[in-house]
Amino acid sequence: MSTGSLYVWLSWVVPAIVVVLWEAAARAGLMSAQVLPAPSSVLATAWDLARNGDLFVHLGVSLLRAAAGFVIGGVLGLALGIAVGFSPLALAIFDRSIQMIRAIPFLAMLPLVIVWFGVGEVAKIFLVALAVLFPIYINTMLGIRQIDPKLMELSKVIGLGRAAVVRQIILPGAMPSILTGVRYALAHAWLALVIAETLATTKGIGFLAMDAREFLQTNVIVLTMVIYAIIGVVADSLVRLLEGRLLSWHANYAKGERK
Amino acid sequence: MSVSTALPLGTSGSAPSSRAQKQREQAPQTPLAVSVRGLQRRYGTRVVIDALDLQIHEGEFVALLGESGCGKTTLLRALAGLDVPDAGHISAPERPSVVFQEHRLLPWATLWQNVALGHESTIGRDGAARALAEVGLAGREDDWPRNLSGGQSQRVALARSLVRDPALLLLDEPFAALDALTRIKMHGLVKELVARHQPGVLLVTHDVDEALTLADRILVMRAGRIADSFYPNDHAPSRLRPILLAALGVEHD
Repeated sequence: MSTGSLYVWLSWVVPAIVVVLWEAAARAGLMSAQVLPAPSSVLATAWDLARNGDLFVHLGVSLLRAAAGFVIGGVLGLALGIAVGFSPLALAIFDRSIQMIRAIPFLAMLPLVIVWFGVGEVAKIFLVALAVLFPIYINTMLGIRQIDPKLMELSKVIGLGRAAVVRQIILPGAMPSILTGVRYALAHAWLALVIAETLATTKGIGFLAMDAREFLQTNVIVLTMVIYAIIGVVADSLVRLLEGRLLSWHANYAKGERK
Repeated sequence: MSVSTALPLGTSGSAPSSRAQKQREQAPQTPLAVSVRGLQRRYGTRVVIDALDLQIHEGEFVALLGESGCGKTTLLRALAGLDVPDAGHISAPERPSVVFQEHRLLPWATLWQNVALGHESTIGRDGAARALAEVGLAGREDDWPRNLSGGQSQRVALARSLVRDPALLLLDEPFAALDALTRIKMHGLVKELVARHQPGVLLVTHDVDEALTLADRILVMRAGRIADSFYPNDHAPSRLRPILLAALGVEHD
């Protein structure tokens, strides 16, 4: 076994050992199930909730909120980023204002969001969209502005039309940066979702956690944490997959060469 | 223009230099690839190009030498349409091809897409593949630019510029960043390609030997004007070299 694969193996063994120790400690009665339930108990809870279908209802609602917010915030961020990246006029009009709003931690807007939209779905989706908008906007704009002016000059010499410049030079050139924005946006969207779902709600993973808190069901609380984590990892892998496909020209993302 | 006089090609007896001279005067002139009259370009108060005249015929290889800052790159950029002169007249093809010092390949496009850039439908994958084969990169159509060496990248840039069959080819120090051996190989390749495609060529360079190797006519630019003009075919390179160096302000080798 090469040193490299040994390290990969080791990186998986460590968390596995932690879980085993955790289970052992719980069974030996070293930890009260109220404080931290055994992994097996969390798994059993997951099984129960999956069997009666509750888990999927809540998961579906959460994913729907995340997706709706992500699409709205993402499209807005992309459109603004493209406009500002291209046009000095759009830069002058929008950028400073957007940067000012960005300086507000979006959680600090929570009270205002509740006043505006109440505690319903709109408020939740708005929070997610807001969290997604900024990373997508910033990275799209930077990606476009960082395109090599020498390539723009080449496009002029070759006589590429405006549409072809966008399609052949600007979008592919900005794509690594845009996808970095998407990864950040996913992380932010998740965070926003967790917060949003602590607002009065009767559906969603966040509701599961809040409800469980009322009854001190730590096994459900830990389960919701695990679910949030899994969804985060899955979403990140999807973006990586996208990077592998869209950026195969890039040495850093080429298949089999990724470090 | 009709030419009634027979070409003096292959006639014996006349001295090589006068024969070359005659050839220039009597050979049927190919169409002009570019014609510049009274060109002027200022940056603020500094005059970079001053009342410059220049004509290059199709098939003619002209090298433009000069110290840095003498305006030679500005001239090339004006011919490429990348710089707008302050006065004068340029009659050049709408789309001359340019090869820059950097290859300027799109890293996200395969080699054939780079070669055919902007003309994908007319040139097509096959046309691009033929152009790549011409520069010694047959079979690399689907490769990425990141897998190429500096010399290979510049070959692709050459293929991209020639696949459009330009009447005017502008070369802006295209070999300056290459190592000496690669540069020699590129000289051979460029010579061959130009002979086959017959564009008018303007090569901007600071390398006297490069100019001597490649050009039919060598221009020395000084203070925004074309100060000297030499025909390498009229001279032995060993004789012309010190003359050129002197014209460029280098005292002796």
